[in-house]
Amino acid sequence: MIKIVASAFDPYAEIQAYQKANQALSGKFGATSIFIGTMRDFNEGDQVKGMSLEHYPGMTEKQLGLVVNEAEQRWKLLESLVIHRVGDVFPDDDLVLVAIWSAHRGDAFDASRYIMEALKSKVPFWKKEILADDQSRWLAKNTDGYL
Amino acid sequence: MFVSIKIRYFASLKELLGRSDDTLEFDQEMSVTEVWGGVSKIPMPDNTLVAVNMEYVALDHQLVDGDEVAFFPPVTGG
Repeated sequence: MIKIVASAFDPYAEIQAYQKANQALSGKFGATSIFIGTMRDFNEGDQVKGMSLEHYPGMTEKQLGLVVNEAEQRWKLLESLVIHRVGDVFPDDDLVLVAIWSAHRGDAFDASRYIMEALKSKVPFWKKEILADDQSRWLAKNTDGYL
Repeated sequence: MFVSIKIRYFASLKELLGRSDDTLEFDQEMSVTEVWGGVSKIPMPDNTLVAVNMEYVALDHQLVDGDEVAFFPPVTGG
């Protein structure tokens, strides 16, 4: 399942509710990988007090769907839950959740990493930071998570 | 031949152009690059990404009637 949310979400509650609602998982999953991305209060040497997360409604869901489909082709996954925040966010707000259920850990770990890296390079979200002095700046690009 | 397309801009490109969308009508085949030239005097930034109907395309992609083309900077989600 893919969700784009415009207000704060609790990733732990989302994971529990999703797992409970998917009875087909019962007895079948041996591994759950969870990645949560959270907003920092610093970036590139500056204090950051907030961010505005813009996206392209429709394309966001379409591209995320393609990324999850690619992961499902490559690894044996039972279920996946991807949630991404948009709108105005603040330090300590959770921005992204990728949760994967699989029979064995390798598939869950690897698919989770793949989805996060692909999301960061393909899915149309853009962050604009608001610094301590109220100046704002667009993030130019995401860094490669493997470096 | 009559072609009408919708053009959308996001993030820093929206601010650069000072608007979020345009509509362009023309009577011959047009590529993505030509569309940009038709709506802006500002050169397209080097790292611009382009999507047609919400799928990534190359700059020489030819547009057809009813297409939605979007221009935006590198994505920074996650």
